[in-house]
Amino acid sequence: MRAIGIILAGGNNRRMKELSQKRAVCAMPIAGSYRSIDFALSNMSNSRIQKVAVFTQYNARSLNEHLSSSKWWDFGRKQGGLFVFTPEVTAESNAWYRGTADAIAQNLQFLKDSHEPYVVIASGDGVYKMDFNKLLEYHIDKKADITVVCKDMPPEMDAGRFGIIKMNEESRIEEFEEKPIVARSNVVSCGIYVVRRRQLIEMIEKGMEEDRVDFVKDILIRYKGVKRIFGYKMKEYWSNIATVQDYYNTNMDFLKPEIRDYFFKQYPDIYSKVDDLPPAKYNMGANVRNSLISSGCIVNGTVEGSVIFKKTYIGNNCYIKNSIILNDVYIGDNTHIENCIVESRDTIRANSYHKGENGVKIVIEHNDRYVM
Amino acid sequence: MIKKEMIAMLLAGGQGSRLGVLTSKVAKPAVAFGGKYRIIDFPLSNCINSGVDTVGVLTQYQPLRLNTHIGIGIPWDLDRNIGGVTVLPPYEKSVNSEWYTGTANAIYQNIDYIDSFNPEYVLILSGDHIYKMDYEAMLGFHKENNAEVTIAVMPVPMEEAKRFGIMITDENKRITDFEEKPEHPRSNLASMGIYIFNWKTLKDALVTNSEQPALDFGKHVIPYCHKKEAPLYAYEFNGYWKDVGTLSSYWEANMELIDIVPEFNLYEEYWKIYTSSTILPPQYISEDSVIERSIIGEGSNIYGKVYNSVIGCGVTIEKDTVVRDSIIMNETYIGKNCELYKAIIAENVTVNDNVKLGIGEEAPNETDPHIYNNGMVTIGEKSIIPNGVQVGKNSVIFGVTKPEDYPDGYLASGKTLIKAGDEK
Repeated sequence: MRAIGIILAGGNNRRMKELSQKRAVCAMPIAGSYRSIDFALSNMSNSRIQKVAVFTQYNARSLNEHLSSSKWWDFGRKQGGLFVFTPEVTAESNAWYRGTADAIAQNLQFLKDSHEPYVVIASGDGVYKMDFNKLLEYHIDKKADITVVCKDMPPEMDAGRFGIIKMNEESRIEEFEEKPIVARSNVVSCGIYVVRRRQLIEMIEKGMEEDRVDFVKDILIRYKGVKRIFGYKMKEYWSNIATVQDYYNTNMDFLKPEIRDYFFKQYPDIYSKVDDLPPAKYNMGANVRNSLISSGCIVNGTVEGSVIFKKTYIGNNCYIKNSIILNDVYIGDNTHIENCIVESRDTIRANSYHKGENGVKIVIEHNDRYVM
Repeated sequence: MIKKEMIAMLLAGGQGSRLGVLTSKVAKPAVAFGGKYRIIDFPLSNCINSGVDTVGVLTQYQPLRLNTHIGIGIPWDLDRNIGGVTVLPPYEKSVNSEWYTGTANAIYQNIDYIDSFNPEYVLILSGDHIYKMDYEAMLGFHKENNAEVTIAVMPVPMEEAKRFGIMITDENKRITDFEEKPEHPRSNLASMGIYIFNWKTLKDALVTNSEQPALDFGKHVIPYCHKKEAPLYAYEFNGYWKDVGTLSSYWEANMELIDIVPEFNLYEEYWKIYTSSTILPPQYISEDSVIERSIIGEGSNIYGKVYNSVIGCGVTIEKDTVVRDSIIMNETYIGKNCELYKAIIAENVTVNDNVKLGIGEEAPNETDPHIYNNGMVTIGEKSIIPNGVQVGKNSVIFGVTKPEDYPDGYLASGKTLIKAGDEK
């Protein structure tokens, strides 16, 4: 095997608001049946990267639960495997991961013990499909030290959320700005990198000496004139779920036939933990239009333009419109939900009314499901 | 040393010919059921939920789909270091090679497999029933009564008792006598084809009767044990249990799942039914579709109208099509502007645009009226139905059919159109 994988799944993200209160962004449910980290994991598995480390820290429990078995992504192997690294207390260190580079530094032994020549680093919050073998070929072709996957974004996008890249005609990166106020280019970094393993170890060790902890700031930006850093343009669908609005839009994208076809029908598949839920059930009075419904759901009411995650119960005479209902939600009768994201495992009482007036509303109610 | 208290042997070799073309290419236990399951998922899930982690699956008839489905048993947590699921087909021996000639003969040919686990008890199951049952409770009953053989029974209405093997018991549930399909039944306790044997007792019965042609549990092994005065007990089961051996009962059992609160409830937290699912995405329901009283599996795309139906995984139903009272299995495609009434459509079928199924007069099937009845249209796997044809009731279609197979574009009620497979 030519490469090992690292998935950066550690961070908190305040722009996800209440949705990140109980889970890591990488464990955010996507498109009815998946979690965001499934995309990075499946891409690695489908690219035959067999040894993958996930660095996780913030709200790691939800993610650990999802990764409790590695068999869904076919990592339960003698050769390689899936390794989940949380910060640990050792003789040398008792610190949290202070940044992405620090997370790698604290687990440097993992890199040193591997024999594969390359490392593919990916963030765990991207929704995309990618053959990392093609990326590796490109990296080798360009004789690059680091290759950064990037994508052209529409000019009206909000650049403040991304790393902005400027490349020369050879695709070598000349400028790299992290979350600038004004973007000077519409090419953004997708948070996916290839580095030679020894090169990475060397740069991380150097960074440790100088107490540098961030991969983007302290490695990519710092080394950009010195090392051969190249951009690899990604043409297909890519979305990252950095804000509530992104998260909402990404899920709604799956209502488009071409996006569903790309992710659900075309080779290769995206894998996820299997929940063994029964088929979705539509009772008398169900009226579902332009929506995604997942397994284990029971629908009695009206659903329009929405994404309904697994095991959701929708009561009689409900009206759900342009909303995202996360896993295992119970919605009582006569409830109106519009432009909302309803947090998982929630119970919405009968006759409730929720509507996002200016943008998406996040609904979190802590009601008891079974009233005694 | 390897030791398992109880191992299960699951009889999955039968053809199930009363399911017609549904079992032309697959063994009955591998036939799809309830949107995303296969019939064998129910006994396999019962095993693991009952703590039975060693299961030998005896296969013979068309085993490919079954083997693929079972694999190494991952969906049922039956991938074990010791035990787990093992598929046991008949094999060639230096002398006396033979197929499995009867239910008990199949077990006889696998005595070595059972012996390798040193079990105290052996559970015999069949792969063609829909039910949830705790075999551990049955084993508790077996031990409590110091039984050598325990037979699971369920009370049936007296007037139906003559269709079953009937057990007559004393007040302690000890079996005093039994009768196979009696004209005048003396009890209403019907055998469910589920047995627990002390391995010693069973092994002796199998070896002693090994010369018996078509050695069968109901016909030979149980009578032999009874004659030897081994204590036989009846374990009464009162839950949902359905034999899906005929097309009508198969259709009914599927339809029962769409009731508001089905008698057989798949939505309970406890006692999950596991299956091998390769299709994960959610299902898409389009702007123009209507769905009522139906269950639909993962990854299906519905653009038409679906009423009272059980739809599998990865199914596409196109615009302006109406599906009523039907069962559509995995990966089947139904084109635009079709009408389907009471159709059972197997996996990977293509029904082209403007097709009408299940219309016209009621007429008995010309070749197999005992299989294809009740007004159903049955279509075998990988069949293709050409654009614009109409098909009557009690009919059956199997294979790649062309417009010329339908005189005047119409296959009359009761017709059999078979263009694939080696038999009906």
